[in-house]
Amino acid sequence: MSGSVTPAVRLVSRLRLPQQPLWRHLLLAVAGGFVLYLVTVHLNPYDNLQLAQVGIYAMAIAGLSVLTGTNGQISLGHGAFMLIGAYTMALFGEHFDLPLALPLLAAVGVSAALGALVGLPAARLRGPYLAGVTLALALAVPDLTFKYSSVFGGDQGLIVNPPTPPAGVDAERWLARITLLGTLIVLVVLANLLRSRFGRAMRAVRDDEIAASLCGIRPGRTRVLAFTVSAACAGLAGAYLSLATGVVNPGGYPLFLSVSLLAGMVLGGAGTLVGAWWGGILLVYLPQWSTSISGHLALSSAVSANLANALFGFVLIAVTMLAPSGLQGWLRGLYAVVSHALSHRLRLGTTAVTGSESPDDVAADVAGASPKDLTPALGTERSSK
Amino acid sequence: MTQRNRPRLSRRMSIVASIAGVAVVAAACSSSPSTNPSTNTGGSSSTSSTAPSAPTPGVTATSITIGATAPLTGPAAPGYSEIAPAANAVFKFVNAHGGVFGRTINYLIKNDQYDPTATATLTRQLVLQDNIFADVGPLGTPTGLAVAPYLNSAGVPQVFIESGCTCWNQPTKWPLSFGWQPNYVVEGKILGKYIAQHFAGKKIAYLYQDDEFGMDGVKGLDQEIPSASVVARQTYVATSAGLANALAPQIAAIKHSGAQVVVLYTIPAATALAMLSGAGSGFLPQWVVSSVGSDPPTLTGLLGSFSKGKAGAALLTGMITNAYLPPLTDSTNPWVVDAKAILGKYDPGYHWDGNSEYGVMLGINFIDLLMANGKTLTRASLVHTLETQGASLPTAGLSPLTYSATDHNGYSGSEIVQFGTGGTTINAVTPVEVATDTGPITNFTGTPATPPAWVKS
Repeated sequence: MSGSVTPAVRLVSRLRLPQQPLWRHLLLAVAGGFVLYLVTVHLNPYDNLQLAQVGIYAMAIAGLSVLTGTNGQISLGHGAFMLIGAYTMALFGEHFDLPLALPLLAAVGVSAALGALVGLPAARLRGPYLAGVTLALALAVPDLTFKYSSVFGGDQGLIVNPPTPPAGVDAERWLARITLLGTLIVLVVLANLLRSRFGRAMRAVRDDEIAASLCGIRPGRTRVLAFTVSAACAGLAGAYLSLATGVVNPGGYPLFLSVSLLAGMVLGGAGTLVGAWWGGILLVYLPQWSTSISGHLALSSAVSANLANALFGFVLIAVTMLAPSGLQGWLRGLYAVVSHALSHRLRLGTTAVTGSESPDDVAADVAGASPKDLTPALGTERSSK
Repeated sequence: MTQRNRPRLSRRMSIVASIAGVAVVAAACSSSPSTNPSTNTGGSSSTSSTAPSAPTPGVTATSITIGATAPLTGPAAPGYSEIAPAANAVFKFVNAHGGVFGRTINYLIKNDQYDPTATATLTRQLVLQDNIFADVGPLGTPTGLAVAPYLNSAGVPQVFIESGCTCWNQPTKWPLSFGWQPNYVVEGKILGKYIAQHFAGKKIAYLYQDDEFGMDGVKGLDQEIPSASVVARQTYVATSAGLANALAPQIAAIKHSGAQVVVLYTIPAATALAMLSGAGSGFLPQWVVSSVGSDPPTLTGLLGSFSKGKAGAALLTGMITNAYLPPLTDSTNPWVVDAKAILGKYDPGYHWDGNSEYGVMLGINFIDLLMANGKTLTRASLVHTLETQGASLPTAGLSPLTYSATDHNGYSGSEIVQFGTGGTTINAVTPVEVATDTGPITNFTGTPATPPAWVKS
């Protein structure tokens, strides 16, 4: 395959990551974590705060992406799970003086439990009905905090004490680091899940429930489990968000948040974990850009307050039309085209043309998470096991 | 094997490229928005604040940058959106006359829509990105509470918070937070005393906002009004969703209880909705409204727009409320004259109402505070000046400010007023009374201050 390519290309192709998913993902996460660590060193406090928010949204979107992209279930209620995680964090912090990891784990546990509870009926519903149930969740959960305002502080919410940074590290840099650590852990766990038997089961259930059942997969259980995992990610993201804002109140977790998460997932690319980062970046920076645009244009506050939403909608439409598989899918496609052109040019100098780079291959790559290319993938993976 | 290697290679590369991309984007964003990255001494950084000659954040030889969060849109915006621009009119006036000690004032107003989470994010933006010297006149109780721990730990003064929550008066816990208007407990006590005296034996109902604002007010009311005469206690939530029912269920419950006097601890939009729901069902009790939600021009506008023109100022006739600033309708009061002159020139299109009056008087107080502080301005010196000289600042209030090292409240008293026909006249029905959270209510005997000379220049 690599008979007479340039030394640089040869070097790159020598740098293989381990084939074993766990080591492979851990290695990537450590490398990414190192880069992000260096980034936090150089950013000023405000940019570190925003970087933390990118990580928070990426975490929630990654969970949603697994649910929707991999398992084919839709959720308009993930903002509610973020709220649940945030309140768990606040209540634990209020009543106990624990190391930070414990309330974070509690947030994961509580939101996962409630996710399973919601997942049970949700597993029987499809399409718009599922959307309806999860929409009800996004609307009802914030109202519960008003109903039991003695516990949840009503509209005013609860104060969350920020984590104490080690000496010499400012609060925002510390927040960014612990948040990004959390995001990377979530991504590694999800990446391994996707490559596991459970991941294949989720895809199989998404593509054809009857076929999946015939293979011995229990679709209902798989769907509930997918919902649970996804809710746990959102809960952890909510817990981190409460640390970033220092307060948790229902107004901070409106229906719009749930819709934003869904939009962020579509923008980044449903079913891809890397796409979650793009979604997070857009969720954090798009509103800012719109604020600075309305500042430059001296728009009235009534217009500028809604411009962010309008801009978001516009970008969503544009991305859906121009890059249906999201930014990540578009980047993959771009890379595939470029690498195809490059290798084609390289190969022109040689005589051997292997069959590996057929147009179909590129098409499958561009399509990203389309069901078509995943069913054969399921087959190959199973046979290789 | 070869078949599977290609896609895997591309996927790996795309992951690496994406991580790199994230880093590039984050790094690029770090350089663009902040114009003065060298002055990031604000906030929690422990190393930078130890340098002896560190410049005060937001203060240069020629400027002072301050900020505030305010509801410019959303459920609390009607009326309240005018306050920050009115305060800014004072700062623009001062800037046009050379500033304070040669420093012009740059007032950054962020729209938090009365949502505490938005306040938390925007206040961090003000502190970390815009590098403000102090948070001056941020509006709201729940919103201010959301950022008080952060601002105090970051060392940023949170002064003249536009809220009467007793929570601002915690000098040990929050040494940098200061209220401005009379706190709601004191206000509730003064209202409660009037109700107990003048409506003895009548059935009384409360409708209050379900947060510290409403609960503090009720605490004050309950100190004065016998609990047996309170026949209904209803609450609401100050969000668009919470007000979507037009408060009809709450008013129906109050009507059902047979109440003759209804006390409202409500924001203006909620006051208007409650009155309209009452009027719609023929329920016209004696309304007693906290100063927070009783501004006649604001209410007139809201009653008209909520009822699509079917109701209006007529409903305000006879409403009882309390006032701690000069009556809007007193056109001979020197503070009112000066406030209108400043607004007319520096906030064109302003409405003369309780909100714009509030904003101007707060702005004037902040300028006087800066003047009292002297030329050497630091965050610590501002707080020290407020604690030591705050009580002697010339102020428009009917009673003086009470700032000290152990008192971060602000005004301590008010008078009870009743609206004439359509709220066009405002008549004092009691003398100015002052009180503390737990102490007795006494008549204020001093004379009101006159505006400082600089206001006229």
